[in-house]
Amino acid sequence: MSEAVELSGVTKRFGDFTAVDGIDLAVGDGEFFSLLGPSGCGKTTTLRMIAGFEFPTEGSLRIHGTEMGLLPPNKRPVNTVFQSYALFPHMNIEENVGFGLLMKKVGKSEIDERVKRTLDMVQLGSRAAAKPDQLSGGQRQRVALARALVNEPEVLLLDEPLGALDLKLRQSMQLELKELQHRVGITFIYVTHDQQEALTMSDRIGVMNEGRLLQVDDPEELYERPKSRFVANFIGEINLLDGTVGSGGEIELGGDLRVSGGDGLAAGTSVGIGLRPERITLHDDGMVPDGRVALPGTVASRIYHGDYYAYAVETPAGHIDVTEENRAGVQTHDEGIRVVVSWDPSASTVVVD
Amino acid sequence: MSTELRDEPEAVEVTPELEADAERAQARQGFLVALPALGYLILFFAVPLLIVFVYSFATRSSTGRTLLQDWNLDSYRRLWDPLVGEIALRSVVLAVLTTVICLLLSYPLAYYMATRPPKTRNLMMVLVLIPFWSNFLVRTYAWRVLLGSDGPISQLSQALGGEPIRILFTNTAVLIGLVYGFLPLMVIPVYAALERMDWSLVEAARDLYAPGWAAFRKVTFPLSMPGVIAGSVLVFIPTLGAYVTPALLGGARTTLLGDYIVSQFLAARNQPFGSALSVAVMVVMLIAVVIYFRRGGRTL
Repeated sequence: MSEAVELSGVTKRFGDFTAVDGIDLAVGDGEFFSLLGPSGCGKTTTLRMIAGFEFPTEGSLRIHGTEMGLLPPNKRPVNTVFQSYALFPHMNIEENVGFGLLMKKVGKSEIDERVKRTLDMVQLGSRAAAKPDQLSGGQRQRVALARALVNEPEVLLLDEPLGALDLKLRQSMQLELKELQHRVGITFIYVTHDQQEALTMSDRIGVMNEGRLLQVDDPEELYERPKSRFVANFIGEINLLDGTVGSGGEIELGGDLRVSGGDGLAAGTSVGIGLRPERITLHDDGMVPDGRVALPGTVASRIYHGDYYAYAVETPAGHIDVTEENRAGVQTHDEGIRVVVSWDPSASTVVVD
Repeated sequence: MSTELRDEPEAVEVTPELEADAERAQARQGFLVALPALGYLILFFAVPLLIVFVYSFATRSSTGRTLLQDWNLDSYRRLWDPLVGEIALRSVVLAVLTTVICLLLSYPLAYYMATRPPKTRNLMMVLVLIPFWSNFLVRTYAWRVLLGSDGPISQLSQALGGEPIRILFTNTAVLIGLVYGFLPLMVIPVYAALERMDWSLVEAARDLYAPGWAAFRKVTFPLSMPGVIAGSVLVFIPTLGAYVTPALLGGARTTLLGDYIVSQFLAARNQPFGSALSVAVMVVMLIAVVIYFRRGGRTL
């Protein structure tokens, strides 16, 4: 059983600029895989290479074991949902959705039947005769999906398909997309710069920056155990405390604080200790339960966010952001008071670079 | 979030009268701005057109003077003269040929231009427009030199051991001259349509299994239709009534609508018939253009 999509050593250069730099990646059958990164990180170029709009300068790209090489887009078993939807403005919805089947020379009655079924699936059966400019953004998005899915591609490529929608619609479409992917069982490769979107929808996420694929993991692992500063910072909020690996494998932080986690790293290596704000607790009275890492500090600011409070605490190890849920029984802390900051040793992660 | 200090606007009840007033004021404003151009067009376009229309019903005296009396339809009856039909047909064939050749030459060029980087595009646009920097009449005279029996084309043919070629004073010469003259008028609108096209639509077509040619036929070409229609109209109309090019490059025996109308006003001294011809050409052209735009509009 070969992987749905397999990239090995894929590099893409435009003149002097390296857009994608030696990517190795395998996406499994039926997986919802996201490529996540800031704009210009190479995620869209990677997607376009899979689609066949660009060809790799180096490396090999296989779909279900077949080398794609210089195969043009129309000969690849993949379909794309474009960021701008790219619906044909001179064709109605039915003609848009049936375009791929028509090009594949599928019989007319089968086209009609499959188009109807797919439009019903995205709840647009009643708008078959409408032109794209008569539909709302969310509806156009659905047509774009239907136009790709009706062809039953081996892999569906989605290039920030929800980017143009407003927040509420985007959130409901996220759930809908995820549900749809389960139902049709097609491999999805989803490009986004929105970490929240990637975390909610994906089976696995690949984080990219400056053309490189930095880390590929499932959402929990990626959030809890980022391996680099970039990934730690890009996904969610995080405190990164500067530390140095000591001779015994422990990590020395400011304020004479020592934590474990430096095993296997050379003494003197500078590392970052990553701590999620919601994993930290503040104590007014200094009563820290046993087994927790503790550090004294002063509350520099408190900001009310409705469902939680955000604190900024100055400590000898550096500035630490803390969030505490706004729920009954959780004590709030005033600005200027002295507190103890604590966290469970397992809650921190070590990043090196 | 509006925390800035601001006086509350006074509550004004918007009545239908107020709204209508505002609309009228806006309409007046637009009208004033358009007035100079409107005045110019009325004075030098609409009024002369009206005069031509009136003259087409007038009577020609035996000495060739136009008498504004005894209004009649004689001039229009003369339009059914087989000679007129022959001239009109020849003109239409020439105009259609010119339009088709212009389109066939322009489309690939416009496509090439529209797919270049923006800087190159602008440069090429300037190059297309360069001929307009010199006078059309001068450029047409240049063709007389080029196409003449001792011109460079003929000389080249002779140098290669062939016969002297004389293209000048033939229909081919007129066609060459017209295509040359009107080519930019086709390139510009087609280029404009292609340039503002969303190329991701072509990628979408390719993604949906369309080979390059099918993607062009199903997506690129239909979406460039507004440019093709505009360009065709811009080329067809002036070529149908072309006068300068046929007069300078054409032969004496191949009369076209343009020279025929001119000859009615000058040599034949038959202003009513010349006017009737002009009116007829305009009406037919107007109907043709309306049909053309309607049909083109449906493909979009």
